[in-house]
Amino acid sequence: MQQHWLTRPAATQRLWWIFIAILAATVAAEFFVEHEANFSVEAIFGFNAWYGFIACAALILFAKALGLMLKKPDTYYEKRDG
Amino acid sequence: MASLLAHPGLILIAGAFLLVWLRGGARSAVALAAPMAAVVLAWNVPEGVAVQAHFLDFELALFATDKLSRLFAIIFALMAFGGALFALNQKSPLELPAALLYAGAAIGVAFAGDLVTVFVFWELMAIGSALVVWSAGRTAYAASLRYMMIHLLGGVLLMAGIAGHVAEFGSIAFERMTLDSPSHWLILAGFLINAGAPPLSAWLPDAYPEASWSGTVFLSAFTTKTAVYVLLRGFPGTELLVYVGLFMIFYGIVYALLENDMRRILAYSIVNQVGFMVTGVGIGTEMALNGAAAHAFTHIIYKALLLMSAGSVLLMTGRRKCTDLGGLFQSMPLTAACGIIGALSISSFPLTSGFVSKSMISQAAVDLNLFYVWIALAAASAGVFLHAGIKFPWFVFFQKDSGLRPPEPPLNMRVAMIFFSVLCIGLGVAPGALYELLPYAVDYVPYTGAHVVAQLQLLLFSGLAFFVMLDYLRRTLTITLDVDWLYRRLGPAVCGVAARALARMFAALASAAPARIMDIVSALRRHHGPEGVLARTWPTGSMALWVMVLLLVYLLLYYL
Repeated sequence: MQQHWLTRPAATQRLWWIFIAILAATVAAEFFVEHEANFSVEAIFGFNAWYGFIACAALILFAKALGLMLKKPDTYYEKRDG
Repeated sequence: MASLLAHPGLILIAGAFLLVWLRGGARSAVALAAPMAAVVLAWNVPEGVAVQAHFLDFELALFATDKLSRLFAIIFALMAFGGALFALNQKSPLELPAALLYAGAAIGVAFAGDLVTVFVFWELMAIGSALVVWSAGRTAYAASLRYMMIHLLGGVLLMAGIAGHVAEFGSIAFERMTLDSPSHWLILAGFLINAGAPPLSAWLPDAYPEASWSGTVFLSAFTTKTAVYVLLRGFPGTELLVYVGLFMIFYGIVYALLENDMRRILAYSIVNQVGFMVTGVGIGTEMALNGAAAHAFTHIIYKALLLMSAGSVLLMTGRRKCTDLGGLFQSMPLTAACGIIGALSISSFPLTSGFVSKSMISQAAVDLNLFYVWIALAAASAGVFLHAGIKFPWFVFFQKDSGLRPPEPPLNMRVAMIFFSVLCIGLGVAPGALYELLPYAVDYVPYTGAHVVAQLQLLLFSGLAFFVMLDYLRRTLTITLDVDWLYRRLGPAVCGVAARALARMFAALASAAPARIMDIVSALRRHHGPEGVLARTWPTGSMALWVMVLLLVYLLLYYL
């Protein structure tokens, strides 16, 4: 089976570089648009960038912690229901 | 009464009953024509009350229209059309008629001008939707029963609330309510159960993913969005709803992050999205209500699109777990592309439909200076991209090579997906048409430089977090316990313990009782038995003797 070009490691690495370039561009774009700070935190440079990252990291860690308590094998309910 | 024939919901319900008798090409034609007619009728329906009826002492407004009801009727009818197109090759003879009945009932709620009519269509919707789950066969049977029970409970609460409301205020008109009486709390509880709000939110991810590959597409649209509609009409500006909505938003994200089943991911994400709408209803300004209504409209389309993409994968591979899937973009590029468009829309990417609707809710929080609501909504927007926007397409279509090379789904399914993809992009690029339909005049410009840059930063850095922390998101063969555990495990366990205790008590009683009972029986027998003093046959002689004694006593008394 021929490997799809997207699945090659070189392509993955190139995609990472493109992604990082786009990330940098969205932050740099702040210099060029009229800033709209409704709340004082919004005035901090790159607020949405770092806030988005931190919020997601926190959500992932919270989910992970909740999962430790509430995760069960996916056959858990199969024994009696159905 | 003639204009009842122009009721888009009743057209769909009539179509549903017709479908049961039809086969082949005629069936497909009616399945598409009925929703199409409903779209046209809903689009052109004039405002005002078209049909009234007298019931008991009440005037029912069976067919009442304003901008809000028309907006929801149009999207419900449009959804029925897209769903029917997608489901044309569904083998179950029951599902499509049930889905049209369900859609028709949802439109009936949208056009209901009084609470009794709301209730009737509300229950009809529960029946239609339960039949859709049920039609998926044996594996969905238990889930459909649990689904039915929760919705019947919701219906009972709603009925009790309506009865209380009528007793208290003497009116059945469906108007804005405040939480000043128990009956209004009951009505709100009935509405919120259908919205997938806590504490009974688990019915949604429990039942919807058990429906067939096409059934879930219908289910995602009507019940929860009808709930949003009645909340918009009945409880705008109720502060409690802000907190309920925010809870739903984060609950949906966290559970979806932990989920392995692709359609359960999307089911949790329905709760998340409805959370945005409920928050908007709670904020209650014209901007927020417009935002909630617009978000319901766009959400129906992109969520259906996501579930069509997932349904296509399920139909073509027979698999639903992320751990079994991956790499499907190679042989299903169209399904993957449509899934990605749906994923970008749900994440509110600029130029997609989600961007022009969800941003209005955030804007409403800004306008009222609700900092904590606004900052929570910003975190939630990033979280949506995380749990649905990237997670779904990544694990299903990319991730690893699962070795599966399924072909694209049949033509009707592809056309349905393309149709909804075009709508997602079209609404995002040109939101004017949607804004025209909203209940209040729109004074909002979604595409400003600041909005676009802020949203792109939020989403793309959310994406960075996803890929950086991919190890933490690795899928395992697990489920995460939800409140349905209370009635699927704890409840039965408590009942089991109680039943065993009762059985032991009864056994102890049964073993102690015979001796006591025999004592009683033998005492009875001694006195009343065949040989007993009181039960012997009395000889005629003794009778005569006693009569003589009585006469003698009488004589004696007479002489005294």
